[in-house]
Amino acid sequence: MNAPQTPHALHFMPSAGFRARAKDVVENPFLRQSFRGAMDFLMSKRAAQFPDPEELESLRRLGERIRQYNLAKLPDLLVQLENNLTRNGIQVHWAETPEEANAIILGICQKHSAKLMVKGKSMVSEEIELNHAAEAAGIGALESDMGEYIVQLAQEKPSHIIMPAIHKTKEQIAKLFHENVPGVDYTDNVDALIQIGRNVLRQKFLEADIGLSGVNFAVAETGTLCLVENEGNGRMCTTAPPVHIAITGIEKIVEKLEHVPPLLSLLTRSATGQNISTYFNMISSPRKPGEKDGPGEVHLVLLDNGRSQAYADEQLRKTLQCIRCGACMNHCPVYTRIGGHAYGTTYPGPIGKIISPHMLGLEATANMATASSLCGACGEVCPVKIPIPELLIRLREESFTAPHANPAMRGQGAGHNARTSAIWRAWSAIYSSPALYRTASWLASRFRWLTPRKQAGWTSVRTPLQPASKRLRDLIKERP
Amino acid sequence: MSARDRILAKLKATAPESAGDLPDVSSWYADHRTQESTADKAKRFRHFIELAHAEVYSVSRGGWLQKLYEVLSAKQIDKLLVAPGTVHGARAQSDLPPLGIACPGYDTPIENWKPAMFNDTPAGFTAARGAIAETGTLILWPNADEPRLMSLVPPVHIVLLDAANIYNTFHEAMQTEGWKDGLPTNSLLISGPSKTADIQQTLAYGAHGPKELVVLMIEENV
Repeated sequence: MNAPQTPHALHFMPSAGFRARAKDVVENPFLRQSFRGAMDFLMSKRAAQFPDPEELESLRRLGERIRQYNLAKLPDLLVQLENNLTRNGIQVHWAETPEEANAIILGICQKHSAKLMVKGKSMVSEEIELNHAAEAAGIGALESDMGEYIVQLAQEKPSHIIMPAIHKTKEQIAKLFHENVPGVDYTDNVDALIQIGRNVLRQKFLEADIGLSGVNFAVAETGTLCLVENEGNGRMCTTAPPVHIAITGIEKIVEKLEHVPPLLSLLTRSATGQNISTYFNMISSPRKPGEKDGPGEVHLVLLDNGRSQAYADEQLRKTLQCIRCGACMNHCPVYTRIGGHAYGTTYPGPIGKIISPHMLGLEATANMATASSLCGACGEVCPVKIPIPELLIRLREESFTAPHANPAMRGQGAGHNARTSAIWRAWSAIYSSPALYRTASWLASRFRWLTPRKQAGWTSVRTPLQPASKRLRDLIKERP
Repeated sequence: MSARDRILAKLKATAPESAGDLPDVSSWYADHRTQESTADKAKRFRHFIELAHAEVYSVSRGGWLQKLYEVLSAKQIDKLLVAPGTVHGARAQSDLPPLGIACPGYDTPIENWKPAMFNDTPAGFTAARGAIAETGTLILWPNADEPRLMSLVPPVHIVLLDAANIYNTFHEAMQTEGWKDGLPTNSLLISGPSKTADIQQTLAYGAHGPKELVVLMIEENV
C-alpha cells in the first residue's frame, strides 16, 4: 500500500469543514505516524535544552514580563520603531488587512519591475497569501526555506509553523523533486535532496529582484529587524537581492535591545531544542555609501489583521505575547493526531486556535477552540506563559453564547444554537438544585429504556450511553 | 485617516494605563549565568560550536596564517576570497598566493561580479568581532571593508577569532560593547555551518549558506 497523497492539498482552504478534515487525518496512519514521530522528536529535543526547572521557570517569567511590558507600550513603541527605522533609512508601511499588505508589497515590486521575489520563511506572508497575490500580478514568488520550498512545489501549505514539511516523508519529497525539478533523478538520500534544493535556489538568490522576509523581533530603540534561522536563506533573501521587504505583525516589537537575548534563548530552545539558531541576523539599515553589498532599499510592512481586536481585551491581549516557537503544537495531543492542515488556518495547533479567530472572525473558526481536551500542555510549555487553556475556554464562550451587543470579537455567537443552549441551561439548572437533580435522576433511571441509540458524535465511535437502573443514592440506601 | 492612524488610534484607545517597571534583564543574567575566565570561555565556546559541526583550531597570534594555509591545503581549496582593507585580509593576500592559493579581494560592489561570487568562490575569510561562550556563537559585524556576503555565499567560511573577545553571554556582549547606541547596517550571530532538518527531521549541513565553518582561534598560551 502506497502512502496516500496528503488530503486537502488546496490553496485558500476554507476554515469550515474542520471536523471532516480532522476525521480524514485521524484515519490516515501515514500522516499519524509522521506527526507522532516528529512531535516526539521535538519534545525530547526541547526537554534536553531545559535541564534545570528553576532556570526554565524564571526565564519563562522574564519572557512573559518582557512581552507584557512591550505590549502595554505597543502604540508608543510602534511610533518609536517607525521613527528609528525611518532615521536609519528603512521605509515603514502600515496595513490593516491582508489585501492592503499585498498591495503595498506588490506596489514595491512593480516600482522595481520585479520578475522574481525570493522569500525567507515568513508565516505572516502565508497569513496574507502573498504567493497567490504575487502570482496573480505576474510576479514569481519563490519560497527558499527548504521546508517551504517543498511545500510550495507540492502546492500545499505549511503544516507546522517551524517545520513546514513535517507531514511529508523523504520518499514523497524524493518523488516530488524527481517530477518537478528538471534533470533530477529519484533519490531519497536526505543530503542529496538538500543539495538539489540548494543548487536550484542559489541560482534564484543570484537572479532575484526582491527578497522578502519575516521578522522575529523588531527593536524600537535601535530601529533593528531581527531574524532567526538555520539555513542561511533568510540571510540570502535579506542580503543578495537589491531590495528587501520585511513583513511582520504589529505585536512583535520590543523596546530595548537587551530584551532580545532572553526571548531568543526561549525561542530557539522551545522551538527546535537548539541552544541558539545557526544565524541571528540583525538588520538596521539599507546599504550605506561605500558598502559593497546588501539591498539598497529596505522596507518594513506592519500588519494588523485582527491583532488590534485581540489587543483591546485584557485577557485576549495575552494571545499577542506569542513569539511563534511552535512548542504548543509540538506538545498538543490534538495537533499530534490531526496535523496542521486539518485546522485549515495559517497557524495550526493551540496558538492557531487562539489567534485565528481574530484574523478570520469566529464565523469561520467557531469550532476550533472545541478541539482541545484542555489538558493544559500548551500552557505549561509556552515560553512566555500564555494561558492558552483559559483563552480556549474564553473563545468557546465567545463562540457559543447568544450574540450580544458590543462583542469583544468579530463573529461573537457564531456557533450559537438555540437547542444546544437550552439543553445546557437545563443541565445547569438541574445540577445546581438538589431537588431538581433528585427528580431528574429518578426520571432518568425509570425511563432509561427511552435513551436513543444514536447520540450525536458520541456513538460514532462508542457504544451508547444509558442511565443506570439504580441511582447512586438508591444503591447507598440499599446497603445493609 | 490612514491605515497607520487607524491602527494606532485603536491601540491607543485600548492600551493599559501603565506598563509597569522595565523588565530587569540584567539581574536575571547575574543570577543565572556565571562569569568565566578567558580560558574557560574559550573552552565552552569551542565545545558548543563544535557540537554544531564547526571546526576549531587554536592558533598563536603569529601562527594563524600557517594554519589557514594548512586548512585550505587539506580541503584542496586554491582560491580564497579576502578583505584587502583589513589587516588579516591584506596579510592573507600578500602571503598565500606564493604558496599557490589565489586571494581575490572583495574590493568592488557585488553588482559587478555577482555570478562569480555565487558560482566561482569556494571559500571566504573574515574576522569575527567576538564570540559568545554560552552558545558557541561568533559575532560578526560586516562593513565596507569586509562585506556581508563573504560569510554567506562561499561554501567554506573561515573565521579568525581572538579568544580575548569571547563573552559569557549574548547579553553581556551587547551590554559591554554598548550595541544599543549604534548598530551597523547588519550584525550577525553565527553558530555553525548552515543546516536544515526540514526533511523528516534529518540533519543536513550546507542548506543555503556555508557547508563548512572553520574557526581559527587565537589563544595566548598556544
